[in-house]
Amino acid sequence: MAAGIGTAQGTSRTFQPMRLWLIAPSWLIIGFFLLIPVLVMLLFSFLTKEFRGGVIWEFSLAAYDQFLFDRGLFGDDPATLEWTYIRIFVRSIVQAAVATLLCLLIGFPTAFFIATRSPDSRSVWLFLVTVPYWVNLLIRTMSMKFLIRDNGPVNELLLALGVIDTPIAMINTDFAVQLGLFYSYLPFMVLPIYAAVERYDFSLSEAAADLYADRWTILFRVLLPVVRPGIIAGCILVFVPSLGAFLAPDLLGGAKNFMIGSLIEEQFKGNAGNWPFGAACAMILLTMVLGALIIYARQHRPAAGN
Amino acid sequence: MPDLNSVRRYPGFNLVTLLCLLILYVPLLVVMVYSFNASQSVTMWGGASLRWYHDVFYGTESAKFKAAAWNSVSIATIAAIVSTCIATAAAIGMNRSGDFKLRSFSFGLVSLPIMVPEIVTAVATLVFFSAIGFILGYNSILVAHIVFCIPFAYLPIAARLEGIEATYEEAAQDLYASHGQLLRYVLLPLLTPGILAGYLLAFIISLDDFIITNFVKGAGVETLPTAIFGSVKSGIKPNIMALSTLMLMVSILLVTLAYFLGRIGARHSKSDKGG
Repeated sequence: MAAGIGTAQGTSRTFQPMRLWLIAPSWLIIGFFLLIPVLVMLLFSFLTKEFRGGVIWEFSLAAYDQFLFDRGLFGDDPATLEWTYIRIFVRSIVQAAVATLLCLLIGFPTAFFIATRSPDSRSVWLFLVTVPYWVNLLIRTMSMKFLIRDNGPVNELLLALGVIDTPIAMINTDFAVQLGLFYSYLPFMVLPIYAAVERYDFSLSEAAADLYADRWTILFRVLLPVVRPGIIAGCILVFVPSLGAFLAPDLLGGAKNFMIGSLIEEQFKGNAGNWPFGAACAMILLTMVLGALIIYARQHRPAAGN
Repeated sequence: MPDLNSVRRYPGFNLVTLLCLLILYVPLLVVMVYSFNASQSVTMWGGASLRWYHDVFYGTESAKFKAAAWNSVSIATIAAIVSTCIATAAAIGMNRSGDFKLRSFSFGLVSLPIMVPEIVTAVATLVFFSAIGFILGYNSILVAHIVFCIPFAYLPIAARLEGIEATYEEAAQDLYASHGQLLRYVLLPLLTPGILAGYLLAFIISLDDFIITNFVKGAGVETLPTAIFGSVKSGIKPNIMALSTLMLMVSILLVTLAYFLGRIGARHSKSDKGG
């Protein structure tokens, strides 16, 4: 029975007889209150809408039809492709991608810098980078809004320094949303990259240096391929929540920079009140996210093996 | 290239790190500073004062804030307790019962609330509650919070559990300890730092949540984030900055606590491995 020293994950069996009782509560709670609700949501996306929220229990493809086609005001014109919602999804993907890139550009050097500190100070640096993440997302987004608005501290500082003559309009732009998303999810980029660089064997870089590779060549041709799984993990962890984000686009982007999150919210909490359509949009978002996760899992598995 | 240290140092990386920390902290610091602003306007600096803190506790909106704070704290407390119990059981069940067929399925299920985008969870929970006729209000928020807190409680507990050798339990078993005694006298005491860290993270995550709460709260029931969101929509008022600063301090305090608990835990598991 003894599992011995260096117990591998899942091999100790001290609680084997009680396994079912230990695991069952988590299965029941998450199964009943998340897995089944997602299936109910799928069902709702195929029902008929009731005005001002709710559904009529009648099968209908109207939600998906509304997403893809425009049939005119009375629904009897010939169907043409409807671009409004596709455009919102594409914009969300672009915004999330830019935010991910921003996180990577700032997050990689930061993670590298932290990973090359002395072991004792690393945890302090990591702590400093992660603390803001635990501050309420709404408060963080609001602070960013306060900071970059037209007569906010950033503009006032630049005006006082004479760098600019008129305030830069940053709020309600694509940039504000990207900055907000960056601010929301940056630690998700830093942590996996840090973990990868920390495990990286720097004698590889030293060997390359001995062969007269310059340090940027070493970075891009030696280190980057090795820590790639960490970078991909970071990108996924930032991209996925950015795609469905609600607060950053809503507070920093204004009405012009609608993203998926706002579109869905509007179907349930706002004036649109179209539950099946909201459920359909959420289903499409979930499919995209699961797709990204599956691609990640496929790519990651062979790399994790060695 | 004799300078072997150079492969660990890249010019500019320290500046980027500094920039990174600036971007992370400046917005929070600015809000903290402006929360002490005596002026009625959020733009003009009118000297330092505590008037907006007074306003949070005794002003016209104070009743709303107090009700919201009570809801937030009581929901976070209960949700964190329940989800930590479920997560602890699940972590022991999955790490101490050998390999079994549904192990990766179980892990997938437990981490599902992290993988599904929050807005999707919010929609799914809302339509499910409406389909089964669960009345929206305090209880619906509580149930939703328990669900999404489970993975956040699970991760630190499972990480700690993996660091504890099974030899302690096996020794106790050899001395004819029952499973109850194993839990009470051996595993739970060793696991305490992980459980506390998990509880704190679940508590903060619950306290923080806006999107899901916003969907499943009934009319008239507010938590702090939904109450603040309602006020922020019409422009950032100084009392909101004071309230935000208070919440920010609480979060940072709790995270610092979790960090030091984690350090104690790490030190223990290092000595467990004899190094």
